Amino acid sequence: MDSFTTPLLAGTATGALLLIAALGLALTFGQMGVINMAHGEFLMAGAYATYLTQQVVTNTDVSVLVALPVAFLVAGLLGLLLEVTVISWMYRRPLDTLLVTVGVGLVLQQLAKDVFGAQGDPVRTPGWLEGNIDVFGYHWPYRQMFTIVLALMALTALAALLKYSSFGRQIRATVQNRDLAETVGIRTRTVDRITFFVGSGLAGIGGVAVSLISGTNPRLGTAYIISAFLVVVAGGLGQLKGTVIAAFAVGIATSFFADWTSASMAQVATFALVVVFLQVRPQGLFVVRSRGLA
Amino acid sequence: MKSFARSYGPLVAIAVLAVLLLVVAPAVLSPFRLNNLGKYCCWAIAAVGIGLAWGRGGMLVMGQGVFFGIGGYAMAMHLKLEAAGPEGIPDFMLLYGDGTMPGWWEPFRSGAFTLFAIVALPAIAAAILGYAVFKRRVKGAYFAILTQALAVVFATLLIATIQETGGFNGLNQFTFFFGYNLYDPVNKKMVYSIAAGLLVACLVVVWQLYRSRFGELLVATRDAEERVRFLGHDPANVKLAAFVIAAVMASIGGAMFAPIAGIISPSDVDATASIFLIAGVALGGRALLLGPALGAIAVGYGRSTLSESFPDQWTYFLGALFIAVILLFPAGLASLFGKAWSRLPRRKAAPA
Amino acid sequence: MRLPHPNPDDLGLDYLEVRGLTVDFDGFKAVDGVDLTLLQGRVHFLIGPNGAGKTTLVDAVTGLVPATGLARYRNQDLLSVRSHKIVRAGIGRTFQTATVFEELSVLQNLDIAGGVHRSPFALLRARRGVPSYVADALETVGLADLRDRPAGVLAHGQKQWLEIGMLLVQDAKVMLLDEPVAGMSAEEREETGALLQRIGEERTIVVIEHDMDFVRSFADVVTVMHAGKVLIEGSVAEIQASPEVQEVYLGRTVEGTTHA
Repeated sequence: MDSFTTPLLAGTATGALLLIAALGLALTFGQMGVINMAHGEFLMAGAYATYLTQQVVTNTDVSVLVALPVAFLVAGLLGLLLEVTVISWMYRRPLDTLLVTVGVGLVLQQLAKDVFGAQGDPVRTPGWLEGNIDVFGYHWPYRQMFTIVLALMALTALAALLKYSSFGRQIRATVQNRDLAETVGIRTRTVDRITFFVGSGLAGIGGVAVSLISGTNPRLGTAYIISAFLVVVAGGLGQLKGTVIAAFAVGIATSFFADWTSASMAQVATFALVVVFLQVRPQGLFVVRSRGLA
Repeated sequence: MKSFARSYGPLVAIAVLAVLLLVVAPAVLSPFRLNNLGKYCCWAIAAVGIGLAWGRGGMLVMGQGVFFGIGGYAMAMHLKLEAAGPEGIPDFMLLYGDGTMPGWWEPFRSGAFTLFAIVALPAIAAAILGYAVFKRRVKGAYFAILTQALAVVFATLLIATIQETGGFNGLNQFTFFFGYNLYDPVNKKMVYSIAAGLLVACLVVVWQLYRSRFGELLVATRDAEERVRFLGHDPANVKLAAFVIAAVMASIGGAMFAPIAGIISPSDVDATASIFLIAGVALGGRALLLGPALGAIAVGYGRSTLSESFPDQWTYFLGALFIAVILLFPAGLASLFGKAWSRLPRRKAAPA
Repeated sequence: MRLPHPNPDDLGLDYLEVRGLTVDFDGFKAVDGVDLTLLQGRVHFLIGPNGAGKTTLVDAVTGLVPATGLARYRNQDLLSVRSHKIVRAGIGRTFQTATVFEELSVLQNLDIAGGVHRSPFALLRARRGVPSYVADALETVGLADLRDRPAGVLAHGQKQWLEIGMLLVQDAKVMLLDEPVAGMSAEEREETGALLQRIGEERTIVVIEHDMDFVRSFADVVTVMHAGKVLIEGSVAEIQASPEVQEVYLGRTVEGTTHA
C-alpha cells in the first residue's frame, strides 16, 4: 500500500503547487498570448516575501497568513510593472514576449542572488503546520496538505472571479474575441493589466507554499516554471479544468516515476509523457474552438 | 552585374569573415585570446543553425544546448578515452563509480564512430522530437516551451549520472585530440582553425539553403503554414529538415567546444546555455545570413570580458540585452547596417 | 426541382463527387448530408446565407475538418488523406482572406506553388530563370509586370489573382475559391469572372460567393446551401425562380431547419 499512497499523496501536493503556478500562466497565456517566462521568478518573489514577512512578524503562526496577501501583492505588482513597462509594447508578438521575459527572469534571479545571497534562506514552518497525518502508513506532512488547500482556494477564487464578476465576463469576452470585445466598449488593455496582476499574484501565493516546503532560493523559480508550462501546454488553453487535470496528472505522474526510478529520470519520463500526450491531443485537453483558419 | 552582387555578395562577406578568422586572428591574437575566439566560433556554429530554424523557419528553438551537448559529450567521451589510453577507463569513473565503464562508452574509443555520432545522434534525436511535434502541428510557443523543457531534462539527467557522465563536473582534462597533444600551442591553433573553418563551412551551407527553393519554402512556411499545406507541401517536413540541420550544426559546435574549452559540463548545455545561444542570434539578427554568427561571437566576447572584470554583472547584462534587443531591434542590430546598406545604392541610382 | 445526378459512366473520372457529406461539431451539424457532383468545364457557384456551411464544406473536402460520408475525385477518397495529399491529387483552394507569402515576390510565390512536382533534391538548388508554367500563369492572371514585387504590397484584388495563379501553377484540376471577389471593385470583378471562365474550360471551378450580380454573370451551375443542407441546385434562372431560395434570402426560416 505504501508504494502507492506515498507517491500518490506527495504527487497530489506537487500537482497542487504546479496548479497554482500554472493558473496564472494559463490566464495570461490564454488571454493575451503572452508567455511569461519570468513567472517562475514571481514565484521566487513570493517565497522571499514570505521570508521577509517572517522577519517583521516574528510570530510564525501568524506570519504565514500575513505573508499570503503580501506575496500576492508583491508578485502582482511585479507583474503589473512588467506588463506596463515591457509587455504592452510588444502587443501581439507572443514569441518575442517569451524572450523578453526570459531576460527579465535572468535579471530578477541575479537581483535575488545579490540581495539575499546565493544560498537561500530557511522559512520557518508555523506550529499548526508541523507534524503529519498517518494515511495508510504514510506520514503525510500537514505542509503538503496546506499546499493542496491553498491551490483549491486559489482555484475557487479564480473560477468565481471569472464566472460571476463583471471583470470575469470582460476577461472571457476578451479571450474569445478581442476585437469584438473592444467594439462593445471593453477596455481590453485595462483588462490585460488586471489579468496580469492577478495571474502574477497567484504566482506569489505559489511562492508562499513553495517556501514552506523548500525555503527560499534564487533559482527556485526555474525549478517550477518548465513543469508549470508543460501543465499549461497539456491542459490546453481557455479552460481552467484542463489546467487542473493536467497539473495533478503531471504532479502525480512525476511522483510515481520518481518512486519507481529516480527524481531525474522522472523528469525525463514526464517530458516524454507530455510529448506523447500531444500526439493524441495536440492542442491540449480542452481548447476553445475558434472559427476560420487562414 | 547587380544581380551578381545580390547573389554572390553574401559569399564575399563570408570570404572576408573567413580571412579574418583563419588568417588575421591567428596572426594577431595571443594563444589565450585565440582560444577564446575558438569558443565563440563554436557558439556561432550553433547560432547559424538557430538562425536557420528560428530566423527563417520561425521555430524558436530554446533547447539547442541539448544538441550542443550531444556533440560536446560525444567528442568529450572520445577524448576522455583517448586520454585514458587503450583499455583504460576515464578517471572520474574510478573516483565516483566502481571502476567499470558503461558499455555505451565503448564505441566512442573509435574516432570514426565518434565523428559519425556527432552528426547522427543529434539528427536522430531532432528527427524523433520534430516528427512528433510538427506532424501534430504543435507550434509557436508550445514548441519553444517543449524545446526548453528538453534542455532542462537533459541537464538534470547529466547532473544525476555522475558515474556515467561526470555529473555536475562534466568531462574535462583532455590530453589528446585525435592523436595531437592538446598542450602543444601549435595543436591548439590547429583545433581553433578547424572550429573557425567549420563555422565558415556552415555559413556556406546556409547561404546555399537560403537562396535555394528550400529556403523560399521555409520562409513561406514560417509566414503562412496553412497556405503551404494547400500548395501540396507538408509543412512538417520543411520544418523538420530545418530543425534537424540546426541540431546537427549545434552538435558540431559542441563537439569543437569540448577540446577548445577543455571541458563540457551541464552548465554548458542547460536551459540557460541555450538561452545564451539565442541571445547572440537575436542580437545579430535572426533572419540574416551573417547576423547569428556575428551576434554569437559578440555576445561570447561580451561574456568573457564582463566575466573577467565583473563576474556577477554578466547575468544582468545578458538579461538587459534580451530586453533591449527584442524590444528595440527585433530584427537584430545587423538589420540596422542592412538598412543602411540597402539605401546606399538606391540613393546613388536616384539622380541618374 | 433538384437536377438529376448525371450518370457517372458518361463522365469519365474527372469530376468531384460528394455524397452524404456530414461535418459534426460536437453535435452541431455544420454540413448535413450534402450530395454534390461537380463537373469539369463548368463554373460552379455555391451560395447561401452566413452559416449555411459553404466554407465548412470546402474545409471538409480539403482535409481541414474531419467529416463523414464520401468525397471522391478520380477514384481517390479525399476524406481519409491529409491536406497536402489532397492538393497533390489535383484539388486546390483559396481562403476568404487572401493568404500569399507577403515577404516573397510574386514570382517566388508562384514558383513555390510549382514545388509539388519537384524532387527534394531540386529543392536544394537555387532557381534559375522562370519556368514556363510560371510564366504562363503570370500572363493568365495578368501579374507579369509585377512579378518582382513583394506580394505584400499588392492590392487586395491582385492578391486574389496571385492566389488563383498559384493554383494554376500547381495545376489544380479542381479549384475551390472562397469568396474570391469580396472587396473587389466592379471592374476587378469583371476581370476575375472572365479569368474564371477562361481557366474553367478544362477545370472544375467552385466559387463560394455572396454577390448575386457576380453569380448571375458568371455561373454555369448554382447550388444553394442553407443550414448545412443543399436547398436546391440549378441554373441561375432556376434558382431565381425558386420560392425556397427567396424565403431563405428574405430571412424566413424554412420548415424543419434552423439558422446557425
